[in-house]
Amino acid sequence: MTFNRRMFLGTSAVMAASLAAPMVRAQGKPRVIVIGGGAGGATAARYIAKDSKGEVDVTLIEPTRTYYTCFFSNLYLGDVKDIDDLGHSYGGLAAGGVNVVHDWAVGVDRDAKTVTLASGGSLAYDKLILSPGIDFVDGAVEGWDLTSQNAMPHAYKGGSQTELLKAQLKAMPEGGTFAMVAPPNPYRCPPGPYERVSMVAHYLKANNPTAKIIVADPKPKFSKMALFQEGWNNHYAGMIDWIGEDFGGGEVSVDPGAMTVTIDGEVTKVDVCNVIPAMKAGHIAEIAGVTDGNWAPVNAADMSSKADPDIHVLGDASQQGDMPKSGFSANSQAKVCANAVRGALTGSKVFPAKFSNTCWSLIDTNDGVKVGATYEATDEKIAKVDGFISQTGETADVRKATYEESEGWYAGITADMFGASV
Amino acid sequence: MRAFQYLMPFALVGLMALPSHADTGDAELGEKVFQQCKGCHQVGASAKNRIGPHLNGLFGRKAAGLEGFKYSKSFQRAGAGGLEWHADTLDVFLENPRAMTSGTRMSYRGLKDAQDRAHLIVYLRQFSDNPANIPEADPTAQAVDHDLDPAILALVGDPEYGEYLSGECTTCHQAAGGDDGIPSITLWPEDQFVVAMHAYKNKQRNHPVMQMIAGRLGDEEIAALAAYFKDLEN
Ligand SMILES: Cc1cc2nc3c(=O)[nH]c(=O)nc-3n(C[C@H](O)[C@H](O)[C@H](O)COP(=O)(O)OP(=O)(O)OC[C@H]3O[C@@H](n4cnc5c(N)ncnc54)[C@H](O)[C@@H]3O)c2cc1C
Repeated sequence: MTFNRRMFLGTSAVMAASLAAPMVRAQGKPRVIVIGGGAGGATAARYIAKDSKGEVDVTLIEPTRTYYTCFFSNLYLGDVKDIDDLGHSYGGLAAGGVNVVHDWAVGVDRDAKTVTLASGGSLAYDKLILSPGIDFVDGAVEGWDLTSQNAMPHAYKGGSQTELLKAQLKAMPEGGTFAMVAPPNPYRCPPGPYERVSMVAHYLKANNPTAKIIVADPKPKFSKMALFQEGWNNHYAGMIDWIGEDFGGGEVSVDPGAMTVTIDGEVTKVDVCNVIPAMKAGHIAEIAGVTDGNWAPVNAADMSSKADPDIHVLGDASQQGDMPKSGFSANSQAKVCANAVRGALTGSKVFPAKFSNTCWSLIDTNDGVKVGATYEATDEKIAKVDGFISQTGETADVRKATYEESEGWYAGITADMFGASV
Repeated sequence: MRAFQYLMPFALVGLMALPSHADTGDAELGEKVFQQCKGCHQVGASAKNRIGPHLNGLFGRKAAGLEGFKYSKSFQRAGAGGLEWHADTLDVFLENPRAMTSGTRMSYRGLKDAQDRAHLIVYLRQFSDNPANIPEADPTAQAVDHDLDPAILALVGDPEYGEYLSGECTTCHQAAGGDDGIPSITLWPEDQFVVAMHAYKNKQRNHPVMQMIAGRLGDEEIAALAAYFKDLEN
């Protein structure tokens, strides 16, 4: 049964390819290209390679040789984790049968079904999976663009930006001011900016206790707000000034040369300014023509693009419904997608979509909180089924157990993305 | 307040299970049942920690709550997660210790007879504070049947389906094992897996993430997962 179906699919794919492009396929194996080796892409590549047991050719295109997770990067800012704790190589994926190409994808030809690389080569696919993460919306914060990211880092992509922000935090003068411009919805990791505020406060409390933090926020409220505010009062009383939308937090401009932030007309000289602008899908999604506005709409059942059934979009770049943009979500979506893609290419069984997410945040040493939910695919979107959130006033024991659990999760998800380290 | 805490699980579980067996016990008969426990546990005036912790003041004690006793990680986690010893939780625990705390060092397979458990609980109740006859005190009896339907245990899971579903587990539980902050579930005996997942589903076992995940798994799906993890090789 499986055999026949596979044969049929295999032949028709070969026929289609030979009509569309004069390309000879190695052993006639179906080809999957994954663009972006992060939470979504690495997981999808690994699962398709692992589960198809060599029946599918999987190529992962990712420019960096070491992936630095954004998750736990705030803990690095807070001196709770080391930068080396956050880096992961692609060796485990390569050992698991994934062809890892360190390059940028710069073009997608949907008719010819090829991807062009920055180095000039081109690769053919039967199914293309995009998980390029985020880019920033041009002109989102007045006075800031990518050329200012050294003076005013976003630190919202992993690695060098995170290290830069940490260096600036360390170099802050005694009693100095750390400013954050928080992003509007929707953006990657809803609790991320507020965990960052907590970890920066944690660092400053130990090293520069008279320093201040101001947050200009275009939103009236934010993820786990009650939990964060309780924590800020308990641990960092008087240090953090959060200016929400109601108090002009959305009326912001910055001057990276003068190191000033203007909030609702009031100019403040600051020592560090972390600008997290409004976000959109990683640019390659737009190049591929699968975006509508800032994001790429997908079908909930298999994460396939609404614009092209042979392209799937995962993680932050996708517009899927109720799931927050998180590493956990991207990983969860990747497994649903991998199952569907493998099924389409080899005739393996396709099981119904099931998604879940949990986001842990650390407020202070051993003071962890979490929020999570399960989701299902409906015709319209990924819809929330059930959820939970940590409570205010929990005991120190519960909070410590929650933090320890987050460490277990970090070890778990990175092993799930990259395979066992080699 | 105490009353509220232990009534909660009653209300939740009560909806799903019918009270089926006697809900009162006899302390004297319980003392006889306790003979099985004596090898490791002491209770009464001169009781001390031995292989297992002493059981004085057990009611209302947090799991892993005794200073000076070295508990398993599993127990420490359960305690941190809010597990407290009362008649209802003890009953679930005694029936199958590993359903509630998978990694417990208590090498006891469980007391299957509900009436015997009721006797034992009444016996142990005498060595805790709070007179048993005032309403706020811990009751000695419980009226919930926690037995898992044998038909559920007998289900034969489809490991291929389990492999797919396991994606939801391996985001946190490392497929290769590993036990920091989150316990390993790889190579877990099938029946223990099934019992534990149903205990989360029925909210007898405490953990919001696991209650949520298990809450929407059907019997077949739990069986499939158990079938997959029981011989997962790396
Ligand atoms: C401060 C912070 C804290 C966070 N904390 C958490 C947390 O605790 N838990 C959680 O679940 N999530 C957290 N997140 C969110 C999480 O990092 C993202 O949601 C997740 O990484 C999204 O996965 P992705 O696959 O969509 O994108 P990414 O993981 O960003 O991967 C995208 C990859 O694509 C590559 N790429 C982009 N364009 C191209 C191209 N043209 N060609 C080739 N490759 C390309 C990039 O190099 C990158 O490696 C946090 C984020 C931040 C910023």
